[in-house]
Amino acid sequence: MSENRPEEKKKKQPLSDRRKFILGMARGVGLAALGGFVWSAYVDEVTASQLLLRPPGAIKEEDFLKTCIKCGLCVEACPYDTLLLAKPGDHKPLGTPYFVPRDIPCYMCPDIPCVPVCPTGALDESSVTTDGKLDINIADMGLAVVDEESCIAFWGIQCDACYRACPILGEAITIEYQQNKRTGKHAFMKPIVHSDACTGCGLCEKACVTEKAAIHILPRETAMGKAGDYYIKGWDKKDEKRLENAKEIKTTTEVSKQKASDKLNGDLLEGLY
Amino acid sequence: MKTLWNNYRYLFLRRFVQISLLVLYFGANAWGWKMLQGNLSSSSILGVIPMSDPYAALQMLAAGAVMATNLLVGVAVVVVFYFLIGGRAFCSWVCPVNMITDLANFLREKTGMNRIQGIKQPASRKIRYWVLALSLIISALMGVTAFEFVSPISMVHRGIVFGLGFGWAAMLIIFLFDLFVLKNGWCGHICPLGGFYSLLGKFSLIRVQHYEENCTLCMKCKKVCPENQVLHMIGKESLPVLSGECTNCARCIEVCDDDALGFSIRNMAKNKKTGE
Repeated sequence: MSENRPEEKKKKQPLSDRRKFILGMARGVGLAALGGFVWSAYVDEVTASQLLLRPPGAIKEEDFLKTCIKCGLCVEACPYDTLLLAKPGDHKPLGTPYFVPRDIPCYMCPDIPCVPVCPTGALDESSVTTDGKLDINIADMGLAVVDEESCIAFWGIQCDACYRACPILGEAITIEYQQNKRTGKHAFMKPIVHSDACTGCGLCEKACVTEKAAIHILPRETAMGKAGDYYIKGWDKKDEKRLENAKEIKTTTEVSKQKASDKLNGDLLEGLY
Repeated sequence: MKTLWNNYRYLFLRRFVQISLLVLYFGANAWGWKMLQGNLSSSSILGVIPMSDPYAALQMLAAGAVMATNLLVGVAVVVVFYFLIGGRAFCSWVCPVNMITDLANFLREKTGMNRIQGIKQPASRKIRYWVLALSLIISALMGVTAFEFVSPISMVHRGIVFGLGFGWAAMLIIFLFDLFVLKNGWCGHICPLGGFYSLLGKFSLIRVQHYEENCTLCMKCKKVCPENQVLHMIGKESLPVLSGECTNCARCIEVCDDDALGFSIRNMAKNKKTGE
């Protein structure tokens, strides 16, 4: 191709094979990037953290999303039709199992049929096993939370529906007796949930008598705070042990080298000299 | 009646297999049947033999999931099975989306939709391998099984077994795409699961064999084939269809009036050829 040829002729030259190949590859990569970003954005949205209750033995949500193969074997194993697979339109990570306790709670079968059938280990048998035996009482599906504003027991009405419904009676929910100062003559019988015993089965939420349940199950991640390593309980030797392995926290704030008195006397000294 | 059977025998068989599998899966969830529990992502036969989608497992691997033994055994079962009967036999004999895209294709033919777009297809059949690679990259980067969250195959199948929700929209999208946008668009161009089984099917045993000496060059087989690039040997050479993109749907076999096509086993066909 000589350089003297006019521009117009150059344009009509057929593309060389090399250029065709490079353009073709560039187009492929570009389209893949285009599709990839749309696809990633979609997947990121649909897997965004949800207030979702998983079957017993479910591993951490982040790992669950990559490990669950969405086969529904746990759903089929559940004798109470508690578990559902997220359908398009449910606005939950598509195809993954969940349950809605107010509709059908987990009845905590002692043989936990939903867990051993999981082919991928997204439902981890070892997390619901003590001493080589399946033990549903150590499951951590969620945590019951009481809304004290709408719970009628906190109004002074005698109701212990959630307490009676709890399959770990007297451990996961206890009743606290307290004087009702408003009437001066009666007692409150307040339900108190204990996170160490509560499995999040939702029988309490199902049993709750208020129009919309005043006790409801939240994922533990959402429901629970964490005091961290800064605080220990006073007068509690056991709690000090919790911090035995705590690491020292070094701050990086620069501390002024001047003494406090320097600052206080600054103006005075300036005036003197 | 006899000719009807002769002309559509494999179609009947395929529909029978596809629908029976759906009924078995559906029955497992609805009535507690034990024959075939789960869905196409992972299932178990009689509660004993595990089966798992190898492509889903591959995405899990890319996403960094811990692979359970049960899953790996299930993957091995499926890989060996499709190694024997042809990788993309899944597409034409098992996958429920096949019925949707076949319907779209049937309507395209009947309404003359094919003629307004001309013969040349505006998209490459290699797209599926790009989508396959892309799904693994996204799985690795985002730590989730990328295709499993968008897969219309799982959506349709899960929908039929466990409740559809808005899954009908996924069916409709594929149907409209195949009908109005691209002939054999989803199954023949885009689906990465088909792409995956194409790669697996390169090595599989059961093949469609062409007998050139019987061929009268009517080209009905090429017209009916949803992946007609695999039939490049028609009327030229007696060869087995070796491309993994062949779905072993046998449409070419039943449409052929001259016994120029039939199923064979890979190496036996080869020996016959060298023996001739």
